[in-house]
Amino acid sequence: MKFRAKIIDVGCLNHFTRVVNTVSRLTKACVLRLTCDHLYFVLSGRVASGGVSMWCELSQGNFFDEFQLEGVSADANEIFLEVAPENLSRALKTAQNAKSVKIKLTKKSCPCLTLAAELPSLSSVSRVVTHDIPVDVIPRRLWHDFREPQMPDFDVSIYLPPLKTMKSVVDRMKNLSNYLVLEANLNGEMNLKIDTDLVSVTTHFKELGNPPWGDDGSQSSSPAHRDPDLMAEARVEIRKLQQFLTGQQVNPSRAMCNIVDRRILHLIFLHEDVSLQYFIPAVV
Amino acid sequence: MDCVATGGNVKVLAKAIHSLSRIGEELYLESVEDGLALRSVNSSRSAFACFLLSPLFFQKYQAPSDQSFRCKMPIKVTLPAKSLSCSLASLDRSVEKCRIQLDSEKNRLTITLHCKHGLLKTHNLSFQDCESLQAVFDKESCANVLQAQPRLMVDTVLHFPPSLEEVNLSVTSDRVWLRNHVEDDADSLRAMMTELCLSSEEFDHFAVGTQTSVTFCLKELRVTVYLCILTRLSPVILSVTDSVLEANFVLATLSEDSHPKKNHVNSDTKHPDTEQPPDDFMSDDMDSFLIAMETSELPGPSHVPTSPPQPTNNRKHSFIEDEALAEGPPNKKFCSLFFGSVLPTPSQLPNQTMQSQEVLASDSEDENQTETS
Repeated sequence: MKFRAKIIDVGCLNHFTRVVNTVSRLTKACVLRLTCDHLYFVLSGRVASGGVSMWCELSQGNFFDEFQLEGVSADANEIFLEVAPENLSRALKTAQNAKSVKIKLTKKSCPCLTLAAELPSLSSVSRVVTHDIPVDVIPRRLWHDFREPQMPDFDVSIYLPPLKTMKSVVDRMKNLSNYLVLEANLNGEMNLKIDTDLVSVTTHFKELGNPPWGDDGSQSSSPAHRDPDLMAEARVEIRKLQQFLTGQQVNPSRAMCNIVDRRILHLIFLHEDVSLQYFIPAVV
Repeated sequence: MDCVATGGNVKVLAKAIHSLSRIGEELYLESVEDGLALRSVNSSRSAFACFLLSPLFFQKYQAPSDQSFRCKMPIKVTLPAKSLSCSLASLDRSVEKCRIQLDSEKNRLTITLHCKHGLLKTHNLSFQDCESLQAVFDKESCANVLQAQPRLMVDTVLHFPPSLEEVNLSVTSDRVWLRNHVEDDADSLRAMMTELCLSSEEFDHFAVGTQTSVTFCLKELRVTVYLCILTRLSPVILSVTDSVLEANFVLATLSEDSHPKKNHVNSDTKHPDTEQPPDDFMSDDMDSFLIAMETSELPGPSHVPTSPPQPTNNRKHSFIEDEALAEGPPNKKFCSLFFGSVLPTPSQLPNQTMQSQEVLASDSEDENQTETS
């Protein structure tokens, strides 16, 4: 099992850092899946994480100048590592103006991802900062836990309002209630609602637009047959939604959510070369 | 005593007090020959800081009539008095002049802040008399001297998290390594390790006599010009020098002892064949672990016999790490920071204090701890 990669471009490094920062804000531990073409940060929905799951996919060619991988075996040419993204974030933080950053899988007192950044210095010899981030190698028999999640048969898919606005609404609602209902329809309308003994607040968004899933979409019950005014809703913990919205460091080029009525809220953020999916289960 | 600081120096004074507050709970003020000394030490006596302000630092400087004036006061009290921390309201940034006066009759220190718009804030602080607080160290006898731009130090410290307790500094003839130091227990296997390697070329002055490795607490010490590592003595000294101001931060270091024997330091067991430095520093009975520094290293009026008590002699050598990288779990013991009770006048150089010098506490409370051998 071998892994070595190198980033030379400052822009790529910054972008990669932002992705890692976003992931680190969503979870304390996750799985890093490495394949020849992609990197994935995966959080599988478990009770421990409160049922949320995350799938973040990066195309390696857009970030790394060099990328060599030798997986577990020839027919399973992948590596799964459990890592604390915060460590990775911390390591990258001070390397932002590095001439190059090398990442490789090493074995110190335990398996590590070693990040070595060559920093500009006052002399001809570069400064080198090395971080050894402890990781756990996940055995092949457990890989099935971390498969790409199936796109659920959603009832409504809608583009999100500007993140900043949505975030500020959610932040304020969090002061009043622990749960929020997100509902939307195929007419581009979305409501964020809270309802407590003392107060009910609803924020309405209009003309958001609905992504045209068409052939890409999953589903048997094609959304086209659905009454466009009919709302699909999901009642979720505000904290989880807020955590997701707060973590975003870059405005995505596309932000949308798919709702499975009363079951799941599936948020999808697309950037040029990164996609981030976040699943929040609905509560009763 | 009457001192007035104006302009940018007001902020410098505030920052000095602020950095002292990060070291210890009390501010020791002493009028010395060269000016005004502001000092602080932490409770475990493993870190010490001293700011020496020359008369030129002040717009007006009138030394106290009693030449050997010194006092201490809780530092938290002086901080609000200074009111100069940037994070506070904008009013605080408008301090134009700071005046420190001593009223020896009433045993009061008056700090007056002249602010913008004619606002005057007066703080009357009472203080306690105290012994002089001075760490015993000698920069001249350093085996290794590294000098660098402050920027370099700040940049290197940035790579380590603010919460990092201890850092290891190793030098060889052409390289400097800074590594985070992790306690050797179960958690350490899973901790993230960071290492920064600098070439000697980055330093303005790089003179390494012996390959050394020292471990010390790294807190808020970001302003340094000189980095001075003593191999013969335990402390790490960081100094800032300016034409009107000199600041020294002295930090105790961990001894990488190869003998894991524990030795309780108290009057009973302190006998010459003890090889080990004092035991675990983190116990409550801190004062019993304070041990005199080799008297030969005392600067100034210390014409004292160069035969220190045996234990210290051995300790002297236990800090020298020839290998830059320690193998195996080191047995750590904090080597204490040693404070000689600096005597007020050179004539009073009693032999007895030097020979039985196991003490260092300058607080009168510790007097009963002093005679431990």
